[in-house]
Amino acid sequence: MKINGNTLATLKRGQKGIIQSVDAVDPQVQRLMVLGLVEGAEVEHASSAIGGDPMEFRLFGCGISLRQEHAKFFKVSPVAAGD
Amino acid sequence: MTKPSEIRIPANEINIARRTDASIAVVGNPNSGKSTLFNRLTGLKQRIGNYPGVTVERHIGILKVDDVSVELVDLPGTHSLSAHSLEEHIAVDVIFGRMQGTKKPDGILAVLDATNLYQGLFLVQQLIDLRMPTIIALTMTDAAETSGVGIDIERLRETLGGVPVYPVVATTGAGLDRLRHAIAEMPSLAPPERIVVWPELTEVAGKLARDAKEPLRFAELERLLIDGATDANRLFLEKLSDDAQKNLEAERDSLFGFEPPIARDARIRYAWVREVLAEVQSSVPRFYSWRTHITDFLNRPIPGTIGLFVVMAIVFQAVFAWATPLMDLIDAAAATLGAGVIQVFGEGAVSSLIADGIIAGVGSVVIFLPQILILFLFIILLEDSGYLARAAYLMDRAMHSVGLSGQSIIPMISSFACAVPGIMATRVIPNRRDRIATILAAPFMTCSARLPVYALLIAAFVPAQQIGFMNLQGLVLFGLYLFGIVAGILTALLIRKTALRGPKPPFALMLPEFRRPNLQTVLIQLLGRAKVFLYRAGTVIFAVAIIVWALAYYPRSEMLAPEVEQQKGIAAYTLSGEELAAEYQRIENVAAAAQMEQSWLGRAGHFVEPVFAPLGWDWRVSSAVIAGFPAREVVIAVLGTVYAVGDEADEGTLSGRLKASTWPNGDRVFTLPMVVGLLIFYACCLQCAATLAVIRRETNSWRWPVFAWLYMTTIGYVGALLAFQLGSA
Repeated sequence: MKINGNTLATLKRGQKGIIQSVDAVDPQVQRLMVLGLVEGAEVEHASSAIGGDPMEFRLFGCGISLRQEHAKFFKVSPVAAGD
Repeated sequence: MTKPSEIRIPANEINIARRTDASIAVVGNPNSGKSTLFNRLTGLKQRIGNYPGVTVERHIGILKVDDVSVELVDLPGTHSLSAHSLEEHIAVDVIFGRMQGTKKPDGILAVLDATNLYQGLFLVQQLIDLRMPTIIALTMTDAAETSGVGIDIERLRETLGGVPVYPVVATTGAGLDRLRHAIAEMPSLAPPERIVVWPELTEVAGKLARDAKEPLRFAELERLLIDGATDANRLFLEKLSDDAQKNLEAERDSLFGFEPPIARDARIRYAWVREVLAEVQSSVPRFYSWRTHITDFLNRPIPGTIGLFVVMAIVFQAVFAWATPLMDLIDAAAATLGAGVIQVFGEGAVSSLIADGIIAGVGSVVIFLPQILILFLFIILLEDSGYLARAAYLMDRAMHSVGLSGQSIIPMISSFACAVPGIMATRVIPNRRDRIATILAAPFMTCSARLPVYALLIAAFVPAQQIGFMNLQGLVLFGLYLFGIVAGILTALLIRKTALRGPKPPFALMLPEFRRPNLQTVLIQLLGRAKVFLYRAGTVIFAVAIIVWALAYYPRSEMLAPEVEQQKGIAAYTLSGEELAAEYQRIENVAAAAQMEQSWLGRAGHFVEPVFAPLGWDWRVSSAVIAGFPAREVVIAVLGTVYAVGDEADEGTLSGRLKASTWPNGDRVFTLPMVVGLLIFYACCLQCAATLAVIRRETNSWRWPVFAWLYMTTIGYVGALLAFQLGSA
């Protein structure tokens, strides 16, 4: 499985990815994990606000928004488009 | 026929038989449809109070089924039993029965959103660990079906340790009857079987519980192991044996190592949730038709941001335009009532107290009920439809650049109705610095009590020209709202750069799907707001109206009455008919103004006039401003009284009087620079005792309310001074 430094922050709009690892040191990142952003979860980059920050991800049908500075702690493997 | 023996059952036995004492906690994720369901179940049989020491609202309702009544406690939404925010702490404390003044619940009504099983099951699994009688209300099953999600309810029940699952559609009421009966029966329900999702933790918990002084529930051990020996968990810690208490930290270290416990907790439980989902859910929910369109549109950054401003503009336009007919109605009713009182009781202190003091004073405040209700209606609709969360998301970057997060936007928008609920809404902000900065910015937002002053001055001094789809008056009003926003944001920026310097606040927010708000929930909330407002009008404002009336009525001038009679006599020689009546009216108005000038309020106005003279205010404006310090909405009532318009204290006449009022040398008092200054003063000044009290309560110190008052009053004064001096130069 290729990871190649892809994180939630590098997912393009409409692109899906599966979270591979989370750097959980930041309490804010831990909070995001409680909201369901953990290893194995499939997420889709749904939108960004003006300037690309914060970003909205769709996770099992629910929307969750976070800033790029936190998104980079979530390593993902992108899922091929059209899936 | 009733037998006498049935009547003589002791009261306590009836209670046991009917379980009227049973208390059920309603627990669920935020936005899970929990409050809608709670309102559906309890209707208007609700009490809203506060949890002791904090300002989180406590909603308690009574559910009646046949002759059984059960108390339902609607807890703040939470994602986990590892509490994060103040509201989550409250929910968890009530669930564990360690909330002071709230008894331990006898059962749990878990609200599970069928369109968001992923986060919902994460919480439900922890609730099952509590081993209390529990049932699940599966909400939004209609929305789940429409978005193509099939849920195997029997399988769900099996996976969750046999917890009964009741599908409901809170908006239509489908399934509610079965749920009601199930809740009534709940106290006798067996707790669910434990589901072991985390064997290592279960093992360590078993070790820890050995030789415990008092038996602990598994969920309590779980809290000790995951959250540690925090203050909230002290009661649990004390139940452990002395050895176990000493070993707790070592056990946690060996269990978690370097991994943060919260992270491990999330990893393990969500892995379990995914397994359950694979079994019970036929497909991942998809957004459907109209939601997809709205969401997609608002997801594009620029249309989304423009949309936000359009929504806000429509709200302000509606507040101004829709309310007018209703306000005219209330106005006319108050005038008729006041005139009637004078007719019935004749002239004198008592009828003046009732007509000019109470009816005019309270009436001039109640008149804003339509505007407040319209504003609250929009705020409730925006909140319930999920739009406010999207506004927070869209505004996060802008708020971030001034040192706040998007979460501050919700308290700020609420503050447009009233800063008191707005400041209370800041409790969703976990970061303290961020929270206080938001609290200090909130009172700058144009609240509904500022509206009357704006409305009066705008109606009197801004021409009603049509510019595009808005008229100039609406535009000026919009400008004043913008002014408040900018002033509030600059304040937050200033405070975050100085007294509350610190790292920028974090931001994580659930963005619920758009949904159609439930009419009943909206109406119940709206009714609650109306009650609070009318209660204030009936107490604080009632009292202030009487005090202000007395200050304006006394002392009575000995000289005036004979002089009035003498002038009337002279007029009667030269005039007759309507001209005479008009002359009488004029003489009485002049006399009323003279009376006002030598009353306590008039003297106070004269006394402080030098302070406000640089702003271009005469003694009348000054005395109205003084009277408005406890509650700014009083100012219109006072202006009405000081401008000596007697029974004609409706706005139209008042604005005419304001336009006509002059200094002794004949210059107009209300020049454009003076009016602009007065508007700026009102936009800034913190004339609201209730806001000061709520800041005191929320920050738990006098420092911030005192600071806010001095700061805002100074800015208001300086702003008005600059506007008047520069404008008049």
